[in-house]
Amino acid sequence: MRHRLLLSAFLLFLALNPATANTQSRSQLRFCLGSEPKTLNPLLVADDASETIRYLTGGVLLRLNRLTQQMEPELATSWKVNRTGNSISFTLRQNVRFSDGTPFSAEDVAYTVERLMDPALHSPTGDSFRSSEGKVVTQTAGKNQITISFPAPIVGLDKLFDQVAILSARSPKKEMAVLGPYYVAEDKAGSDLLLNRNPNYWKHDAAGRPLPYITSIRLDIQQNRDIEMLRLVRGEIDFINSLNAEYYDKLVAQAPKMAFDTGVGLDSEQIWFNQVPGAPLPAYKKAWFTSTNFRRAISASIHRDDLARVVFRGHARPAVSWVSPANKFWFNARLQPHPFDRRAALQALAQDGFRLQGGTLRDRTGHNVEFSVMTNAGNKAREQMATMIQQDLAAIGIRLNVVTLDFPSLIERITRSFNYEACLLGLVNDDLDPNAQMNVWLSSAENHQWNPSQKTPATAWEAEIDKLMRAQASSQDVKKRKLAIDRVQEIVWQQEPFIYLVNKDSMSAVSTALHNAHPVVLRPQVYWNIDQLTIGNDVARNR
Amino acid sequence: MKWVRVGAVLFLLAVSTACLLADFVAPAPYAQQFRDLPDAAPSGQHLLGTDDLGRDRFSRLLYGTRVSLLLAPAAALLSSLLAALIGGAAGFVGGWLEDCVMAATDLFLSLPWLFLLMMVRAFLPLNVSPVSSVVITFALLGCLGWAAAARVICAAARTLCGSDVILLARASGSSGFRLLWRHVIPNLKPVLYAQFWISIPVFILTEANLGILGLGVAEPLPSWGSLLRELENFSAFSAQPWQFVPLVLLMVTVGCFQLVLRNQELWA
Repeated sequence: MRHRLLLSAFLLFLALNPATANTQSRSQLRFCLGSEPKTLNPLLVADDASETIRYLTGGVLLRLNRLTQQMEPELATSWKVNRTGNSISFTLRQNVRFSDGTPFSAEDVAYTVERLMDPALHSPTGDSFRSSEGKVVTQTAGKNQITISFPAPIVGLDKLFDQVAILSARSPKKEMAVLGPYYVAEDKAGSDLLLNRNPNYWKHDAAGRPLPYITSIRLDIQQNRDIEMLRLVRGEIDFINSLNAEYYDKLVAQAPKMAFDTGVGLDSEQIWFNQVPGAPLPAYKKAWFTSTNFRRAISASIHRDDLARVVFRGHARPAVSWVSPANKFWFNARLQPHPFDRRAALQALAQDGFRLQGGTLRDRTGHNVEFSVMTNAGNKAREQMATMIQQDLAAIGIRLNVVTLDFPSLIERITRSFNYEACLLGLVNDDLDPNAQMNVWLSSAENHQWNPSQKTPATAWEAEIDKLMRAQASSQDVKKRKLAIDRVQEIVWQQEPFIYLVNKDSMSAVSTALHNAHPVVLRPQVYWNIDQLTIGNDVARNR
Repeated sequence: MKWVRVGAVLFLLAVSTACLLADFVAPAPYAQQFRDLPDAAPSGQHLLGTDDLGRDRFSRLLYGTRVSLLLAPAAALLSSLLAALIGGAAGFVGGWLEDCVMAATDLFLSLPWLFLLMMVRAFLPLNVSPVSSVVITFALLGCLGWAAAARVICAAARTLCGSDVILLARASGSSGFRLLWRHVIPNLKPVLYAQFWISIPVFILTEANLGILGLGVAEPLPSWGSLLRELENFSAFSAQPWQFVPLVLLMVTVGCFQLVLRNQELWA
């Protein structure tokens, strides 16, 4: 009885001792998710929170190094894509086990591919591999060799495997048995998730110590960004993956060592006009919107530098075309952002018969130039950009009405009713390969927003884009693909179906207690090297 | 206490005058963006600093107050009239009419207005000027905000109809429209006034919330609602306390209205 009392007292002392408590807390990484993960099945991931869990728990054959933007081997020690680009062979790492101890083999890869491509599963990750109708065939040779053949060539086939977390074919725990650095130990719906270090994780550091260094990760579900910031400053969480300009500046004022601006990111903000022939708009407005001169004039009247400086507080750059300068390989460096030039704008408009009378721009039939631009309500940056563009266009006699709509209503208008004039939205881009935007640039595509689902290209330049995009998609020659993508960027820069405004910077916040963090442009910005991160006192222990 | 009410009246007069003379008082047009001075602190040029886009906050406050002080009472008047008509008639007539009206009111109050307003916005034309948008917004509020007030007025009318005053009026031969016009409505005035004044700040705040749905006042026109949206970020409290001036003005103005209301009740 006495021994029990002593033991209880000792445990109580350990629990209450600040030093002990600190050591315990510092072996745990904490950060916030903006929402609850919709799924823990890595094949069904479609939201940011689920993607975070997949990244932290999923073991992949190949991983895109977010810093170098190069593919690196993970569970596969080597890989080879065939000449036609429809087949990939992997040699797998040996003596690897899932978090529950089940051994990993080629059988698991074959099972994962089978599940991934099962049409009944509707896997968003699997959709990237569906280049055409037909069955995907897997051939295993022993435990460590596998070849996966697709019915048609897939551009950037190896890069797609960065998203494919391998499942166990035999584990009773199914998708909860993982090969990544962590496994889900606890999931409190609506509150938080606890990830513990995978005891069977295959990676070791140079000194032979098992990775990852951090024992566990606590992910708190927190929608309020203000509270997230407060918690970071108080030391309750260790990083914020993505910051907007306002929060970044506040953090710089409070704790400059915690703020990271890694430069221009992949995301863009753009405005476009409705060019759908059947749209319920007056004919004279359709004529404005389909005129290249009109679009170029609007583009030249927008002060992009001001948008970047005022709305994004200098943490954005005037955009050039559809590939961001952050995409080092695919960006067409010969192109420059359209300069702000009111005189050029008025000249371009004059070519189409527009004239400025008493401070109001009128077209050749005498109609005042007035149109609306809609954007999604609640997005402060977009509302501000629209308001600034309103003033810019007022200077050349154009009256712009800014309309903010809830997102479903906005989507309804741009995809079904086409009852709108112009729209300001952004494009979130995760994929470096421009082929991922085939669904935007083909004139037959549903996401060809200014005039979607065309039976035949409405203009010669759209026909040329179709031709170039199809040519690059069917080629395995990277140089040829680069030439084609450069030309598409040039056409888009000239014709401006999307008037690109800015590319936002990628900004993050990292606690000074977190070490080895090197925030990058690509998602996940801060924890892309999760198995290398150390925290607090762990630095000394693990280095 | 009388001096406090006098002070309230004077304050409301001063605010109203400043707003009506905004074209002369405001140091800059409300929409002009001083892009080299976004988020500026108060200065001689910009008395309340500038907003995120560099617009003079004092000028926007003047024009925004004008919009809200003109249109929120107009919407409150509309909703109070509707409430008086519907609730008063139900309470006065009683019986099946009261049952039907109260059932309709309950239904009206239980509807998910947020989604209905989003649907309404989805059907409205996009190409409307900022002035039209503000009128549409407050007209919608006025048309939809009568239900809660109608319940109160109906209850008051019902109580009144059973009171000695009305009994005496009936005994004196008064009935029908004459009874309603000469005896019921005058006695409902304090309730109507109260509903009217209570509705004003409610509509101002509702307009601010609707801005998030895109139903509020369109840019660049300011309103108290759009000015209050600057306070979404509560961490700005310590950094830019002058952002709270619109909120303080709203609170003081509503407080003054309440003081004046109490005076009105005494007169009634």
